[in-house]
Amino acid sequence: MSSQVFRPRANSIAHMTIIAIAVLPLTVGLAIASLSRSPANTKVNVAKNQPVPFSHQHHTWELGIDCRYCHTSVEKSSFAGIPPTETCMSCHSQIWTNSPLLQPIHDSWDTGTPIKWNKVNKLPDFVFFNHSIHVNRGLNCNTCHGPMQDEHITAKGNAFQMSWCLDCHRAPDRYLGWNKDIAKENPGLTPREMAFKLYWKLQEKGKGDLSQVETELINGHFMGSDHAEDREAGKEIVAKLGIKVQQLADCSVCHR
Amino acid sequence: MADKRINDLFITGDQTYATIDQSVGRLVLDPKAHTTNWFKWLVVGVMGTGLMMFSIAWLLFQGTGIWGNNVPAAWGFDIVNFVWWIGIGHAGTLISAILLLLRQQWRNSINRFSEAMTIFAVMCAGLFPLLHTGRPWNDFWLFPYPNILGMWPQFRSPLLWDVFAVSTYFSVSLVFWFVGLIPDFANLRDRSTNKYGKLAFALLALGWRGSNQHWHRYEQMYYLLAGLSAPLVLSVHSIVSFDFAISIVPGWNVTVFPPYFVAGAVFAGFAMVIIWAIPLRKYYKLEHLITNRHLDWMAKITLATGLIVCYGYFLEVFFQWYSGNPYEFRLLTNTRFSGMYAKFYWALIVCNGIIPQIFWWNKARTNVWSLMIVSIAVSIGMWLERFVIIPMSLTSNYLPSSNKPYYPSFWDFGMFAGTLGFFTMLMILFIRFLPMINIFEVKDLLYKFQGKKEYVEGQLPVEMN
Repeated sequence: MSSQVFRPRANSIAHMTIIAIAVLPLTVGLAIASLSRSPANTKVNVAKNQPVPFSHQHHTWELGIDCRYCHTSVEKSSFAGIPPTETCMSCHSQIWTNSPLLQPIHDSWDTGTPIKWNKVNKLPDFVFFNHSIHVNRGLNCNTCHGPMQDEHITAKGNAFQMSWCLDCHRAPDRYLGWNKDIAKENPGLTPREMAFKLYWKLQEKGKGDLSQVETELINGHFMGSDHAEDREAGKEIVAKLGIKVQQLADCSVCHR
Repeated sequence: MADKRINDLFITGDQTYATIDQSVGRLVLDPKAHTTNWFKWLVVGVMGTGLMMFSIAWLLFQGTGIWGNNVPAAWGFDIVNFVWWIGIGHAGTLISAILLLLRQQWRNSINRFSEAMTIFAVMCAGLFPLLHTGRPWNDFWLFPYPNILGMWPQFRSPLLWDVFAVSTYFSVSLVFWFVGLIPDFANLRDRSTNKYGKLAFALLALGWRGSNQHWHRYEQMYYLLAGLSAPLVLSVHSIVSFDFAISIVPGWNVTVFPPYFVAGAVFAGFAMVIIWAIPLRKYYKLEHLITNRHLDWMAKITLATGLIVCYGYFLEVFFQWYSGNPYEFRLLTNTRFSGMYAKFYWALIVCNGIIPQIFWWNKARTNVWSLMIVSIAVSIGMWLERFVIIPMSLTSNYLPSSNKPYYPSFWDFGMFAGTLGFFTMLMILFIRFLPMINIFEVKDLLYKFQGKKEYVEGQLPVEMN
């Protein structure tokens, strides 16, 4: 009575199907996981085209201009500030006045229309980030923005995904103790001043004379430090500044 | 008439293996077995499904604001319907797993379609919490996985346990159902004369040849799965009850909730099985397989679980007084016994507490009309029970500001009616395309019947071992 519709060869197809059912969701899951973390999605280290090919490397490392010369409000405001044309013109009214690359600056100056820079670091509207609090707690710019003094065309230094934010918010002492050497060398500096002091130390001593943590920061590889001394220094800063670690990872800290 | 009927056996008439093949297999293999009545019900089901689809589409377009849910009653019809549908499914799992493990072979002719009901009911149930989240496209956040948010779900919350309970319940029930269908698929493959039907059943039968080895592995697998799903009968609705019992809302924080919910689920589930069994056996002439004895026994289970549920109602009242908690007591007196919602509470007591008591009479348990009326009353009552628990407790809270009435919107009713239609459509399609009675298990039962055609008072007609 029993008449098989399929030949015995169909068994191997059935086996393959079973394996595929087991493997396929796993593969798709891993693919989604890796894609969402890859630069294709996060745009980390993907240079963004700008109306003027501004080089951070040239202005900060070669010329030694402080970050705050252009990003004026970084210590006092949630917004670091994008420099207006006037800031550019404070030098470029005198130098490179005929450069075609700077033509948009001069046009902007002549017409009074601001330059439309393309935003590199975007946060969702439901995230309330504040630059001043992070700088005032002693976080160096490169911690989040990557090796800015090496960047010709600006790119994102980090993916700004929530797990990355929480990495520090759950254990701020791992991130705040990096400046213990600078603190020893320059007694009396506040954490905010030490955050920028790193660049001056780099200008004075070069990359070879920096400590391991400082080198990591300058190269944009700093992912927090687990060295006992660094964490000890971090804990001191946490205690001194009265950072409430238990509440730092609450939803309402960033999502009001 | 009734006295004679109650002595009916599990299989009546002169049945052979061939007549069982014929009477069940015919419904799948012969399109003429289904009349225009089948098509009319399909149209009803498809229209209901359309209403559900439209309600979902409008909900996704507009947001959950179109529902009546609002603070304080943030849980409204959606959660009421979720708990109700999840409960409906429990009879299927009880019949298929627990009665199997207890060697209750009378289950053989009712397990298939009640398992189907389980799966379809869980599908309807699952929709509600998924839509209730408000952003269903982010529902994968319910599952713990290493994500770019660096966040895990709250493992201490019963809502997360619910995710696991319901998804496990659905997947185990589905596998159990499919495994039980394999020998019947092979049967239909061999008997089908339609080319495409044969191909479809051959694919589904997974090369079943009915060899001893096949049967051996089948039995092993089937009993293992039964062992897996048996605890689910108790755990799923216990965990659903934790959603309420673990909170501090008056009327929710009751320790009796888990057993009371499980009994209520089986109660509602058996009522739904009876509602479907009576017309199905009538229209498809299956009264020799789903006999009055089955109905009688199902009614007894309904009565027994109904009494447990009544005990739950009694305990709720008792503890609202005995706890000495003024908010609990105020809920009892001002929201349940009197007030604008009191009619729902009393309707619940009538539907679940009083009406099923007619099952104490033998005649009521074998008369299809009384069975139908009681089962419909129980289905309504169990829905009201969830309504009494959810919006009525939420609107009588600790804060005076919570004393706001809850009004469902048109779309709340639309979703509920829509899932009823969706369920109907799935059941109607199931009846047409899959064998609604387990052919080989009924044959197994028939084999054990050989030579025992008469029911002897005080003695089971079949050796149950």
